[in-house]
Amino acid sequence: MTTLDQVRRRAESDARTHGYYLNPDEDFLTDLLEGLRRNEERYGYPSCPCRLATGVFEIDRDIICPCDYRDADCEEYGYCYCGLYVRKDVAEKKLPIKPIPERRPPEKLARAYSKENATPSEKPAEGKKLTIVSEKPPAVGLKMWYCKQCGYVCFREEPPYVCPICKAKREMFSGLTVRISGQD
Amino acid sequence: MRITKVKGENKKHKVLLYALSTCGWCRKTKKLLADNSVEYEYVDVDLCSDEEYEQIRDDIIQRGGRIAFPTLIIDDVKLITGFDEDEIRKALGI
Repeated sequence: MTTLDQVRRRAESDARTHGYYLNPDEDFLTDLLEGLRRNEERYGYPSCPCRLATGVFEIDRDIICPCDYRDADCEEYGYCYCGLYVRKDVAEKKLPIKPIPERRPPEKLARAYSKENATPSEKPAEGKKLTIVSEKPPAVGLKMWYCKQCGYVCFREEPPYVCPICKAKREMFSGLTVRISGQD
Repeated sequence: MRITKVKGENKKHKVLLYALSTCGWCRKTKKLLADNSVEYEYVDVDLCSDEEYEQIRDDIIQRGGRIAFPTLIIDDVKLITGFDEDEIRKALGI
């Protein structure tokens, strides 16, 4: 079983890697970490404490902490949806941390909260293959980015806030275009 | 459905809170209500059964809200999504 201390250390390590701070309000932080611990215990993965998970991994995948929306939210508002991760300048200047709008796209919300999918009982039985009905190609907004300092490459909408490998700032990232030739 | 009633001296409004037991903003909302001695009822939606969840989801959507927590319903008519402290204070006169 994951302990609160393990959840805390994991979050601290992830914050360090990506150049964030954890919420400076110790009580609030403990609430969030405890929420993550409880979700991990219930669902088997630490889904966002401030979002309702379905218990179906495929549906909840984007809200497993750190969620897919953290970097964009930290970039725009200075902290993520639940307030666990905080941008350096916001933490250092002790700027107020208030709730921000939900960035999770409507189609994912609809999928998570519809009658058909929202209930954990919909979980596929063990050994039964999960069929993904529509495997959409990656959104147009996604692209390759590489760190000019260390060569780290990632595939996402925006370059990371800092390079997780060498800690270079996002300005060191450059877009990358890959063409595959020799195929029909 | 497990509705928890929190007693308070301020009974001017009927206050219902849909919350998540794990959510920090929901906890802040509960604290704001308690600190101002507002009597209210809450449901931790993540602890509900599937049927109860569906009922709550339909209730929120019928009132024009979206599935986000905390959702506060005041006097059966006013719905506030999220821990919007100013809005909650204004609606409750606290």
